[in-house]
Amino acid sequence: MNIPQNLFYTKDHEWARIEGKTAYVGITDYAQESLGDITFVQLPKAGDTLRQSEFCATVESVKAASDVYSPFSGKVLSVNQEPCEHPELINESPYEKGYFFIMELSSEAEKAKLMDAQSYRSYVEGLSK
Amino acid sequence: MKLIFERHKSGRRGFSYALPDVPQAKPLAKQYCRKNDTLLPSLSELDVVRHYTNLSRLNFSVDTNFYPLGSCTMKYNPKFTERIVAFEGFAQVHPLLPQLSGGGMLAQGSLEVLYETEKLLAEITGMNAFTMQPLAGAHGELTGIMLIAAYHKDNGARRKYVIVPDSSHGTNPASAAIAGYKVIVIPTDKDGYMDLEEYKKKLNNEVAAVMLTCPDTLGIFNPNIKRIADMAHEAGALMYYDGANLNALLGKARPGDLGFDVMHINLHKTFATPHGGGGPGGGPVGVSEKLVDFLPIPRVVKRVDGTLALDYHRHKSIGYVAPFYGNFGVILKAYAYMLYLGKAGLIQAAEIAVLNANYCLASLKEYFAPAFDKKCMHECVFSASRQVKNGVHALDIAKYLIDKGYHPPTIYFPLIVKEALMIEPTETESKETLDEFIAVMIEIARLAEENPSCVTQAPIHTPVKRLDETKAAREPNLRWQP
Repeated sequence: MNIPQNLFYTKDHEWARIEGKTAYVGITDYAQESLGDITFVQLPKAGDTLRQSEFCATVESVKAASDVYSPFSGKVLSVNQEPCEHPELINESPYEKGYFFIMELSSEAEKAKLMDAQSYRSYVEGLSK
Repeated sequence: MKLIFERHKSGRRGFSYALPDVPQAKPLAKQYCRKNDTLLPSLSELDVVRHYTNLSRLNFSVDTNFYPLGSCTMKYNPKFTERIVAFEGFAQVHPLLPQLSGGGMLAQGSLEVLYETEKLLAEITGMNAFTMQPLAGAHGELTGIMLIAAYHKDNGARRKYVIVPDSSHGTNPASAAIAGYKVIVIPTDKDGYMDLEEYKKKLNNEVAAVMLTCPDTLGIFNPNIKRIADMAHEAGALMYYDGANLNALLGKARPGDLGFDVMHINLHKTFATPHGGGGPGGGPVGVSEKLVDFLPIPRVVKRVDGTLALDYHRHKSIGYVAPFYGNFGVILKAYAYMLYLGKAGLIQAAEIAVLNANYCLASLKEYFAPAFDKKCMHECVFSASRQVKNGVHALDIAKYLIDKGYHPPTIYFPLIVKEALMIEPTETESKETLDEFIAVMIEIARLAEENPSCVTQAPIHTPVKRLDETKAAREPNLRWQP
């Protein structure tokens, strides 16, 4: 299970990578593995305002459609169009090519509600026992 | 198998026109004619008969094999109801007849079917009144939520949320969203029930309704229903009962007595009519007294002289939700089924549905991990987690069952159970059928230990092997082109 050190994680299996006042957002390796082959993704639009833990995107796989929740509050700056054309990128490269969007953070302090890599790993291990 | 289009042979026909014995009409003006050929295939009658007969032999149905598709309730529809809907007095009545002056008196039998079915459903569920119009369960849900919206609007209340547990049917949040509500999802606790603490936190006076399926999609009866309903009512919200799984409760508990204000019934699940997805379906909606005025028009009412009529003059009604009176033939089948089984028979149907599911659960829990190790209601949920250790997933188990002549159970639903296998045998199956199915499931568990590739390579006896489901979803190709 790939759980990079420098990211923040939610219990719904989204990740966020903070870069200055912005963050890259996507779903984790565990999420793509559980969903199976992803066939469709619906992302927010640049300019949309998101609230932490609220709905921001939909991913659909051969098994199910799932909601994705925003790890932070803030405005969407740009959206990664690649996975819309090639949803398999989310399976192949969930933390790099398959990221969903970049957002401007309203408050970095919200990261207190997220998990670091160690806590997320033990959380995921708890789920699959 | 070739498509019927690929059997086309230019000039071949299955009929011949008689020579016209009247003057020919003028051809249509050019702007009304299509520009291209229709591309309909030319075939002989025998070509067509063979094509569809062979196609029908590839069909899998509950009339051919066991079909334990959990949550969908694919039970056998007794054939006597087909005979009844074919009666000329029902089949040949024009749906406009009861709307014509004096026509209602010529359609009293059909109106009586609608009126009496409503009365029987109200008695079974403890609700005050029903509309028989919605054309399937999901349509019933939308109608129910529209009734809730009309009720709040009438009381001058602005409410914008609907609460659903994460074990609910996917149609619940969808119906609420289509009716314009925001959905709040409540997680399931470790016992398989809606998390009460989380529910308390999320419930407020902007919540319009709480939608519950009972028993839920884990096949579990929620013992906190009364508390959930009392709390919702205190906050001014209404309780919605998804009656998909009513077949487990017939004659044992009534949603009306449990505190529900609105409910729908999927007629196919409980009263042995065609499935809504395959249709035509039926999704009657029942309401408590405070919502009766909002029911769709028309209502079938009894006049003082005992005759039945359609009532369109209901100023608080949400209006029309379906053409005419719903799928009349389906309602008639449900009515016939209820009368045929009677009270004792319906109660027995519920008992056997629950017994059959528990028999499967008890027989298989040594081999497959149960989602929750407690008695179930009408369906039981396992996880293929033990088999996954050897690389055998729920999908592989489903494919292997197809090879053995079974429709697979529902897989990967409910979403909250990993590698879910959801088995709903229904009351229509015998112990012998269940024993044969259980033996095959035990064989799969053994193969997963000893020879997993046997399972992961299935199916091998079907006309097509594993289909590329991912490619089909990513690049859907649904239309034949020359």
